[in-house]
Amino acid sequence: MNDLRKLLFGNLSTGLYAVLLAAAIVVPFFNLVVPASWPIHISTFMVGLLGKYICYALLALALDLVWGYCGILSLGHGAFFALGGYAMGMYLMRMIGPRGVYGDPILPDFMVFLNWKELPWYWHGFDHFSFAMLMVVLVPGLLAFVFGSLAFRSRVTGVYFSIITQAMTFALLLAFFRNDMGFGGNNGLTDFKEILGLDVQKETTRNILFVASLAALAGGYAICRAIVTSKLGKVLIAVRDAENRTRFLGYRVERYKLFVWVVSACLAGIAGALYVPQVGIINPSEFAPASSIEAVIWVAIGGRGTLVGAILGALLVNGFKSWFTGFLPELWLFALGALFIFSTLFLPQGILGALLYRRQKKGATLPPPGEADAIAPEPPVEDEQQAKLQRAGA
Amino acid sequence: MTAGTPPSPSSLLYLNDITVSFDGFRALNALSLAIDRGEMRAIIGPNGAGKTTMMDVITGKTKADQGDAYFSGTHDLRSLDEARIANLGIGRKFQKPTVFESHTVWDNLLLALKAPRGVFSTLVASLSGAQTEKIGELLEIVHLTDAKSMLAANLSHGQKQWLEIGMLLAQDPQLLLVDEPVAGMTDAETAKTATLLREINKTRTVVVVEHDMTFVRDLDVKVTVLHEGSVLAEGSLDHVSADERVIEVYLGR
Repeated sequence: MNDLRKLLFGNLSTGLYAVLLAAAIVVPFFNLVVPASWPIHISTFMVGLLGKYICYALLALALDLVWGYCGILSLGHGAFFALGGYAMGMYLMRMIGPRGVYGDPILPDFMVFLNWKELPWYWHGFDHFSFAMLMVVLVPGLLAFVFGSLAFRSRVTGVYFSIITQAMTFALLLAFFRNDMGFGGNNGLTDFKEILGLDVQKETTRNILFVASLAALAGGYAICRAIVTSKLGKVLIAVRDAENRTRFLGYRVERYKLFVWVVSACLAGIAGALYVPQVGIINPSEFAPASSIEAVIWVAIGGRGTLVGAILGALLVNGFKSWFTGFLPELWLFALGALFIFSTLFLPQGILGALLYRRQKKGATLPPPGEADAIAPEPPVEDEQQAKLQRAGA
Repeated sequence: MTAGTPPSPSSLLYLNDITVSFDGFRALNALSLAIDRGEMRAIIGPNGAGKTTMMDVITGKTKADQGDAYFSGTHDLRSLDEARIANLGIGRKFQKPTVFESHTVWDNLLLALKAPRGVFSTLVASLSGAQTEKIGELLEIVHLTDAKSMLAANLSHGQKQWLEIGMLLAQDPQLLLVDEPVAGMTDAETAKTATLLREINKTRTVVVVEHDMTFVRDLDVKVTVLHEGSVLAEGSLDHVSADERVIEVYLGR
């Protein structure tokens, strides 16, 4: 039993990288090389769908970094995701060029429709891919920095913090709905034609985007992993467990929180940017508070405080969602709610947490929920235990 | 000042005329206190006497409405935040043992160990041989060598108290503020803790807040009695327990 567990979870990181790499080879192969008539052929639609899941997984990872490791429960991470998405969408709109319905070489269709004469200042530069990519990271990062500086310095914690993140994403939702904001209002940005000169509809482009999403997820994981296994990661967990104690040890808690908060927002922005060309649209509904809450549920179900768990949760729940909404779309929210209640009651540490810590759970009393711990008790960090033991023994 | 020697500004810790009010209730009322370098002081007083509030003022958690608070003669504690004060060399142990439960004993000490506290220094920090050695020493001092790989959550109450004292020492503070270190301990643990504190006092200044009179007698140090936010009496335990006002406060009239 022990050996099996070791085999399965002994090195989660290697396993994850291997799975991502395999997906990057297998999925394009079964889509592009295997003929469409074969039953094992993966449709282009499926490639796009999987790509979307991967983007969600990156969002879940970003959320887990702040929530699972630092106890900051964000109910507005969708805002960072959507902002990254809009930055990408603006680039894609500029790439339409004269191929829009109205044929204006510069202005996107919705601006022509609104009778605008020239491009608003904040749309300038988005015709350059590199500038747009910079904005994908910078805009969410900057918002997170400003929001986080104010909130953490004022020591807003726990549910109060969660509520204002919810307010933040709701405020953005309302703002982006307005036509005069210049982001396409209700309809958002869509009708994309090409990205970096490649037709966004084409199969090869779809596969490239899918592989790019996998690469981003692998990169994001590597960053998060580096953070949580460093001494900084230990400080984050200390903050989560006993914020005041950490402060009296001489750590500036608000700076640590701000650091992970901004990193997390940037990762969410990247996830959003990769999501948009694959689904072909970005509109204000991405800011909806419900989407952010759904992301929290992925993490809770997968196992917060375990990076791989967050990824697993996002993939499983979204896979289940696609399957379920195939025949009972109107009941999805009930199913999601039920799933959440089930995991809270029976898998408080999430799926991965339950698998990893079943043995420890017996002897070890779990730490009491901290201030921000609205949902589940904390598991210790994945496979850090062994590393610690080795280091301590050294 | 109602009793004892007037505070001298050259002391390691110098509080003068400190007043703190919460919604009109004066938790500290013109409190003056001085702790000399190398001294161990026991602070006693009935519930609500202001012992914890005094700790809060010293460590920057609560801001005083008026008065002076100086550390080491020059640092104005009223203008600094918790992290800064901790880094100056004031370590605090809470009444309720507060350790990082989902970290191992070893990691708890590592986090407390004196080292750069910046975000980026911790991101790239690696463990030096000297640090490993230091943590090993601390584990010995607080009798937790065998428990070093255990999660702090699984320690007994007494062990948590010791771990927290170990974490205090790891910070290498000049002044240790220890709030009720023996609450909930067995007699044997209490005696062990007294020995531990006396050992620590050889190199550092210690302020102990405690209810347990046996323990205070064990420590055999100068005692300050707080009452209603100010100093009621100061001196040896025998001296203060002979003081009529102290008897009145503790036993009622």
